[in-house]
Amino acid sequence: MAERIQRSKGSDRDSSRVESSAADLDATTEQGDRLKAEMDDILDEIDDVLETNAEDFVKSYVQKGGE
Amino acid sequence: MAIPKVCGIETEYGILVRGADPNPVAASSILINSYVAAAHRIDWDFVDEHPGQDARGFSWEESLAPDVEPQLVNAVLTNGSRYYVDHAHPEISTPECRSASQATLYDRAAEEIVRRSMSLARSVMPEGAELLLYKNNSDGKGNSYGCHENYLLDRGVPFGRLVSEITPHFVTRQVFIGAGKVGSEFPGDSPSDVAFQISQRADFFEEEVGLETTLKRPIVNTRDEPHCDPLKYRRLHVIVGDANMSEVATFLKLGTTSLVLAMIEDGAIDRDLSLADPVRAIREVSHDPTLRQTVSLRNGKRMSALDVQWSLLEMAERYASSRGLECLGGDGPAIITLWHEVLNGLSTSPESVADVVDWVAKKRVIDAYAERHGLEGYDVRTKALDLQYHDMRPEKSIAARVGLRVDCAASDVKRAMVEPPDDTRAYFRGRVLAKWPESVVAANWDSIVFDVGRDPLRRVPMMEPLRGTRDLVGDLVDRSADVTELLERLGD
Repeated sequence: MAERIQRSKGSDRDSSRVESSAADLDATTEQGDRLKAEMDDILDEIDDVLETNAEDFVKSYVQKGGE
Repeated sequence: MAIPKVCGIETEYGILVRGADPNPVAASSILINSYVAAAHRIDWDFVDEHPGQDARGFSWEESLAPDVEPQLVNAVLTNGSRYYVDHAHPEISTPECRSASQATLYDRAAEEIVRRSMSLARSVMPEGAELLLYKNNSDGKGNSYGCHENYLLDRGVPFGRLVSEITPHFVTRQVFIGAGKVGSEFPGDSPSDVAFQISQRADFFEEEVGLETTLKRPIVNTRDEPHCDPLKYRRLHVIVGDANMSEVATFLKLGTTSLVLAMIEDGAIDRDLSLADPVRAIREVSHDPTLRQTVSLRNGKRMSALDVQWSLLEMAERYASSRGLECLGGDGPAIITLWHEVLNGLSTSPESVADVVDWVAKKRVIDAYAERHGLEGYDVRTKALDLQYHDMRPEKSIAARVGLRVDCAASDVKRAMVEPPDDTRAYFRGRVLAKWPESVVAANWDSIVFDVGRDPLRRVPMMEPLRGTRDLVGDLVDRSADVTELLERLGD
């Protein structure tokens, strides 16, 4: 069975739950940069394929009700 | 004792027509007919003299003629699937599958069948015209269409207990199977009241339990058409889920639900997670992408959707240890591991599960796009992104560009487009359709009608979902030269 990781029951969910050392922080920033770069690439690609006229597209997207 | 969780999933697709008459019923018919005609081209001489015409006798122009009632297409495919027009949508149902992973594979195959149909339809449509298909659940204007799951259950489980014990899962599982949506469609709201919500379908649910599927939708649907032995089995028809682009989300949807249903069959739900107001809760959970809000339980406590899911998982882990998970067709350990992994990710850092949870992937892209272009709240451009996430064109689909995890091998998906599962009655249906298409007069979930070349037609009932498998009838089908011989060998 997978190891049970302690989970917060409080309503305040703090995203930085892991104690960080300086090295960890560097790794986190590096990972953050990488994710941002990935997202930029994804956005560039999306800008290329996104419907040219968003308003027309959204307006024209009408369906009959189904089940 | 929990019975094997045979399951399947059926999806209604959104459909738009570009460059031609927008009649969605005719368009859906053309889509399906194009595929079915092409599937049979191996046997038929197809002479492509008239681009708009097909040897099967349908054409774009004919389908649209005002005096011609478009016949509602209803085809059965050689992989055991059913492909048909439901209301004004093309719908495709997987065959009966022995496990969640198998149903996920056949859902992927269904997507590829739809994509192939789109290409084929272009060849019978006017120049430059095309059909656009969307694997989602609403148009943003209050019209919704479904992605339904089906599960085989022991008839002996009292329906009342089934309803109370499955509802908490139906209300809260959206935290990992929600496909995300820009805007509100809750009656009385205006779309811009909600920038982003977790579920496509939540706003459309108005009842806890009921028979309807197209209005006043109930969280638990009471439709009782088992399509198999009604004394032994119930087919639970589930209408509350979102259609997923993430195949891992589809697997989790089918897998966790199969597991919770098995626990219900075995009386293993020992915590009362009943919600005070499930209809209100399903919307509250959907409208809270922070996952922090709690909902009221009937016992007065408040729990977050995530905590309800953690409770279900905890019961499932104990159930797995004490009873085993054979009824899940080999998927048990994978379902539990993945369920745990996803809940963990959602509890600590939702972005970490952007590769499996559709709403997280979609929201991440929408938030980044909004930041790049200086947008805030509800915006028609983020709504366009939302819709295009579900575009079935590979060159346009946003879901195909956000790094979703893919587990199904392309070669397996390709094979599943034409071959049925080995281990359910879909095997028999698919094999006979492939081998003797001209002798099969009608094929349904629970019977096949053969034309043996003389009166009367012969009907073979298939009331047991786990018979008609490769093990039981494969040899028999292989060795029979024609349906007369097949029926003789089948005995009674």
